[in-house]
Amino acid sequence: MIEIRGLHKSFDGNHVLRGIDLDVEQGETMVVIGRSGCGKSVLLKLIIGLMKPDRGSVVVAGKDVARMNRAELNELRKTFGMLFQSAALFDSLTVGENVGFGLRRFTDLSNTEIAHKVAEKLELVGLSGVESLRPAQLSGGMKKRAGLARALAMDPQIVLYDEPTTGIDPILSASINEMVRDLNDRLGVTSVVVTHDMASANIVGDRIAMLHEGVIRCVGTPEDIQTSDDPVCRQFVEGRADNDVEEPIVKSGGSGNV
Amino acid sequence: MTGLFEKLGSISLNTFQRIGEIWLLFARTLTYCGKAFANRRLITVQMVEIGVNTVPLVAVIAVFTGMVIAVQTGYQMMRFHAQGLVGPIVGLSITRELGPVMTGVIVAGRVGAAMAAQVGTMKVTEQIDALETLATDPAEYLVMPRFIAAAIMLPILAVCADVVGIIGGLLIAVTQLGEDGGLYITRTFQQLEISDVMSGLIKSAFFGMIVAIISCYQGLTATGGAEGVGKATTRAVVLSLTLILVSDFFLTVLILGGKPG
Repeated sequence: MIEIRGLHKSFDGNHVLRGIDLDVEQGETMVVIGRSGCGKSVLLKLIIGLMKPDRGSVVVAGKDVARMNRAELNELRKTFGMLFQSAALFDSLTVGENVGFGLRRFTDLSNTEIAHKVAEKLELVGLSGVESLRPAQLSGGMKKRAGLARALAMDPQIVLYDEPTTGIDPILSASINEMVRDLNDRLGVTSVVVTHDMASANIVGDRIAMLHEGVIRCVGTPEDIQTSDDPVCRQFVEGRADNDVEEPIVKSGGSGNV
Repeated sequence: MTGLFEKLGSISLNTFQRIGEIWLLFARTLTYCGKAFANRRLITVQMVEIGVNTVPLVAVIAVFTGMVIAVQTGYQMMRFHAQGLVGPIVGLSITRELGPVMTGVIVAGRVGAAMAAQVGTMKVTEQIDALETLATDPAEYLVMPRFIAAAIMLPILAVCADVVGIIGGLLIAVTQLGEDGGLYITRTFQQLEISDVMSGLIKSAFFGMIVAIISCYQGLTATGGAEGVGKATTRAVVLSLTLILVSDFFLTVLILGGKPG
């Protein structure tokens, strides 16, 4: 479904991705783990074509994302849903308008049908009855769940999650993990989840890939990762601070492209 | 010395790249103008923001501009007993030049800054990225409605400025220069031609397009949080004002065919 080959990306001389190779099978949930600032979010943005790679390719459903024109890319994006780390809700719209954004623009559904579908998606994420609120009136966790409802509104085939459980309480975190798992099991949705929450990674992931110093350091099932002999992988899984190295700095906002 | 050339080269490249990006955004926006009807709700919202909400400010500034022109010219004309020329002078100055330019400047300051700040905030909070992941080009959803609304509302605001400016001149002519109000109006409209008003309206439509494209571009290229949005807003206002004044000269020469009067 998603084939990533030799992917490189730099920002102002900072070589963040240094040759990523990764395959995500159809219906699989791939979790990408790694330290803060290692380029996990950049990888997601490259998959959905928000950034262009310096080298390498991201092939989705047989087509290289970097070689698509805007119209092709938009067609492809209609099959995607993406949950942003900050939720990225449109603050000039209500929560209901945010969730129904794609439905209003790309379907022939009536207002009643859209309202029904919006309510259904909000209920799915445990946020019933907030349609008329503005994003500014929501807490961080509620924003994230509203962002998730928006990502799922068009019933996407591929969902990209950028830190889905960061900033929310353990109970909600567990329900989001369940939801990601359920979407995968029930509907066969292909997911790429970026996180540094190992508990979440173990629950939702069919496979886990560890991104370290710009390359995929190890990849395997949650059990493989838990029992890995790789010292970097072990350190991350066990959350040890020994032999700590300086955190990399990623300037992903520096592209300045229109 | 090499460092200096490197720096100059880098600045030049950066400037040309930005000019190219502005033209590309303009071209992309034009291609979406065909979808104006489908986006009429967004355009209406912008027309209210750019036009209706700016009318009071335009009216206040226009009335005082008309008054000051009348005062300045009136006292000069009195020396030659030619107060009767005040009306036509105020009318022509306002309709041909000051109305459109003043409106452009007001909109650049009030609306252009708001546009750059709003779009810039959307950029730094990943809302622009979210828009793209929802298969929507920001040039269609954000820029085109503002572009069309500004191109329509600026000429309407310029007409408001023309009318109010002429009334401002009339107030001074009647109260300070002892002119007859009816005569003032008659003289003004005797000298004014429809082409005078039209040239002002064409210019103001261009100014609207400039403000919308420049402000949205600056917003879309904002980086680095609140500070970046602040810088983008400043750049949007400064560049819009500069381009309004520069293009005003060229548009005036073009419209007049290079001939004065």
